[in-house]
Amino acid sequence: MSQICENYDVVVVGAGHAGCEAALASARMGLSTIIFTVSMDSVAFMPCNPHIGGSSKGHLVREIDALGGEMAKNIDKTFIQSKMLNSSKGPAVHSLRCQADKLAYSIEMRKVLQSTPNLVLRQAEVCDLIIDNGKINGVKTISGATYFAKAVVLCTGTYLNARCLYGSVIEYTGPSGLKAATHLSDSLLANNVKLLRFKTGTPCRIDRRSIDFSKMTEQFGDPVITPFSFTSDKRAIQKPQVSCYLTYTNEHTHDIIRAHLDESPIYAGVIEGTGPRYCPSLEDKVVKFSNKKRHQLFIEPEGLMTNEMYVSGASSSMPESVQYEFYHTIAGLEHCNIVRNAYAIEYDCLASHQLKNSLEFKAISGLFSGGQFNGSSGYEEAAAQGLVAGINAARFVQKKKPILLSRSDGYIGVLIDDLVTKELTEPYRMMTSRAEYRLLLRQDNADIRLSKYGYEAGLISEDRFEKVEDKIEETREEISRVDKVFIGDTKTTQDFLKAYHSVQVNSGIGLSELIRRPELSYDKTAPLDSDRPSLDASVREQVNIQIKYSGYIERENKQVLHFKKLEDKLIPDNLDYDKVPSLRIEARQKLKEARPVSIGQASRILGVSPSDISVLLIYIESGKYLKD
Amino acid sequence: MNNISETIAALATPLSASGIGIIRVSGDKSIELVDKIYRGKKHLTDYDANTINYGHIVDFNGNVIDEVLVSVFKAPHSYTGEDSVEVNCHGGIYVLRKVLSLIFDTGIRSAEPGEFSKRAFLNGRMDLSEAESVMDLIESGSEASYRNSIRQLSGFLSKKVKKIRSEILHEAAFVEAALDDPEHYDLEGFDSKLTVSLTRWTTEIKKLISSYRQGSLIKDGINTVISGRPNVGKSSLLNFLSGHEKAIVTDIPGTTRDMIEDRVVLGDFVLNLVDTAGIRKTSDMVESIGVKKAIKAQSDAELNLYLVDSSDNLSDEDIKFLSDFDRSSTIVLLNKSDLVSNVDSDDICRYFKGHVVEFSTITGKGLDDLKNAVSDLFFDGNLDNDKFYITSEQNYNYLNDALKSLELVRSSIANGLSEDFFTSDLYDAYKSLGFILGEEVEDDLVNKVFSDFCMGK
Repeated sequence: MSQICENYDVVVVGAGHAGCEAALASARMGLSTIIFTVSMDSVAFMPCNPHIGGSSKGHLVREIDALGGEMAKNIDKTFIQSKMLNSSKGPAVHSLRCQADKLAYSIEMRKVLQSTPNLVLRQAEVCDLIIDNGKINGVKTISGATYFAKAVVLCTGTYLNARCLYGSVIEYTGPSGLKAATHLSDSLLANNVKLLRFKTGTPCRIDRRSIDFSKMTEQFGDPVITPFSFTSDKRAIQKPQVSCYLTYTNEHTHDIIRAHLDESPIYAGVIEGTGPRYCPSLEDKVVKFSNKKRHQLFIEPEGLMTNEMYVSGASSSMPESVQYEFYHTIAGLEHCNIVRNAYAIEYDCLASHQLKNSLEFKAISGLFSGGQFNGSSGYEEAAAQGLVAGINAARFVQKKKPILLSRSDGYIGVLIDDLVTKELTEPYRMMTSRAEYRLLLRQDNADIRLSKYGYEAGLISEDRFEKVEDKIEETREEISRVDKVFIGDTKTTQDFLKAYHSVQVNSGIGLSELIRRPELSYDKTAPLDSDRPSLDASVREQVNIQIKYSGYIERENKQVLHFKKLEDKLIPDNLDYDKVPSLRIEARQKLKEARPVSIGQASRILGVSPSDISVLLIYIESGKYLKD
Repeated sequence: MNNISETIAALATPLSASGIGIIRVSGDKSIELVDKIYRGKKHLTDYDANTINYGHIVDFNGNVIDEVLVSVFKAPHSYTGEDSVEVNCHGGIYVLRKVLSLIFDTGIRSAEPGEFSKRAFLNGRMDLSEAESVMDLIESGSEASYRNSIRQLSGFLSKKVKKIRSEILHEAAFVEAALDDPEHYDLEGFDSKLTVSLTRWTTEIKKLISSYRQGSLIKDGINTVISGRPNVGKSSLLNFLSGHEKAIVTDIPGTTRDMIEDRVVLGDFVLNLVDTAGIRKTSDMVESIGVKKAIKAQSDAELNLYLVDSSDNLSDEDIKFLSDFDRSSTIVLLNKSDLVSNVDSDDICRYFKGHVVEFSTITGKGLDDLKNAVSDLFFDGNLDNDKFYITSEQNYNYLNDALKSLELVRSSIANGLSEDFFTSDLYDAYKSLGFILGEEVEDDLVNKVFSDFCMGK
């Protein structure tokens, strides 16, 4: 019997948010690419919350866009509400969040995949990896077909040996009843890949017609919508928006949950996976925060083509009947009809310290992975890794050096470095507090920070890259001009200051000084600055931020310099930690397992102390490892 | 880990009794910063590389602290491979410490154990044999500091630091929770609440920092000058203090300049008696009590024991001195109080409002009062053996770092900046305090966000 046998440069396994970015990057970089999905109807499917972005995740989406990824463009096409979070705070924590029309998002992404040259879509379950002598050569599908490839990217999401649970019900499926992938884990284990078992959950979906919105607070989008993609036209994307609604649980809700705790598979001990703390089920919230009288819930639309509403904040794995009972205690949901139950899901994922920062497996050449398979959580985290894994798989085939983003380049750098350095005990979610240099890594300057990498990879056009370069140059010139502008203590000046309730000046003052005042800004001071050139809004924004917060920005820039110095101290690949004298035992073990690439990375491993780092530095610098 | 681009300083020679010591400063800004406290023929910045230059170290008021030789090295030709300055001091332990503390005041931070060597390696300035010996040093250094930190964990400090730390972490976590989930946690009014906490934390930390002075006074002794007009009994007092307790701890050899020459035990304290040579040489008596000398004694020593002969009348000179003395560092001894008394403490009090002790070097009268007076001046009257005093310079520096970070938070709030600008400073303070406890902080903030605040969808 003859079997299908095809050849590609790159195989991508899984067409979720990571897989789509990986496949698009690879194909756009000119490599013949095939992407597998268990269902063509679930490309870029959003099985949980119906929004993209939010705190720190919005940064990731901007960075994906700056690198030439698709997520930002796709959500700009399909959002139904948009909101800039933290807009009253500093620019570093402004975060864009869009409610997505889930179905539209999926369909639009599929259209993009289907119209991309070099890219083949295939519905099939990949069950086996072809690995010879530590090198990947392709994959096999469950039908026995073989797809040879020079590089493979695993983006299997939550599908590996997945099972969904609520009450005593266990269904062996992926999210939302989709087919689980039940063979690939065995193939990975057979190749000595260490897997973990993680857990996450999702709340129920409710029929919009059964909700009494009058008992809830309506949550509107921003009056002026900010696009996610640096390439989207701001005017063109303005459109009518759909609202979300805020309501709360109450003591009655909590009483019901407490009374039925033993029926939750988590509390009954049925679930073995580790769940994320940032996404606790309502059961968890009631138990861990028993002093809280109420928890807030956001009711979010799932899209324009369905009347399903997502109950954000109320994920659960309680039995169906208990879910009905407690959802019905919530204001506005007294008579709600559940369309889909809340459930918990367990799945196999990778112990991600087995990866390099390029997202290639340390032990299997040419095998890359991205997304929830790597132990992360969230669409944005997945897409970011998928993009980097796709770029580097393609560059592996092109025999080029991988593109590596550092912690000072962007949130993506932080995300990947954390994944490959830390020992994860729960799904990893991006947070702004994880970024050491967050005043530098803003969503407004993602293009300035990362376009060069997108351009280097070939995902950003010459034209787009030049525009970014121009923006950088114009910003620089304007800042140096403003620094030299001196404002006299004229009546105009004093009147101007008075109008903004700003302290009067005794003598003249530098324009930069005025801009730094909390109540003023670059734009506001325009009337005082007669020689001001006409500049694009995005340049004015950069000028304002960089002048206003210059002290803080300079301080972080200095820290980055220090960070880079340690990051540039590479640890030789072949270093034998057993031969390094004076390392503490714990540090030795951790270093042997993690095999960090640089001194900087080594210093971030838990259990490796500053004195271990000094010892390591000196050993390496002395060149002793060369002689042993 | 500390910032490698910062300029650092430390003693390059052990703090020995010889009174000669070298302070090494390394980093981009070392030459320009040390220049702030250097007076010589030229600015340090104007000297050629690899030169040794004579001059003085002066404080920010222009007072000369020590006569020094300063070596200037320019990158990459120095021990560390960075711009470096070495200050050769001659003025004894007390002066050496004062110079070092002035150097820190210019914005240079204290080097960690092995940090000079680490920089030397980073900059490729060491060969194999040096590397191996330095590696041992660093290891033993960090072991020692570890043991030291464990010792210092006893009770008081550990409890204090832990409490402040956990409060700081909670506030930082609250900000992070609110930034992460702004629709759930509101930062309205947080600034003013935090300002209250900041004041509490900085007050506590300042108290700990000031205990460092006390700690080092216990450990290293109190630099003490005995002064007074001729024949008031200075040498008798010296002999009495040395002889009475039969406790000349060490004779410290040194140069002919201001040196600690006798260490005597006074109850719980050690007094380092400075400039005793002048007192012993009776022929120099007049010179040794000159105005210049007395004033210098005031500025140099930590304790000034001024003797007045109670059997004689107060001279104009006495009155002038008494009026000028700083009562936080002076104790007036009414000597010869076993004889007929012409002057009593009330007379002294008209000119000097500090401690006055009636004393007799013959009978030993007043010794306990003197001990109490010293205790009162330096330990608020209660030198409690169970109380904790910071003695480790490392911990002292960590506390100062924490204080600086908290002050940055305060100034960010004052400048109307939003919370995201200062949480990193809050967390830095948390980290600095963590070093005292020897704790790694890796994921503490993220963990605290989840343990204290209910997050998520």
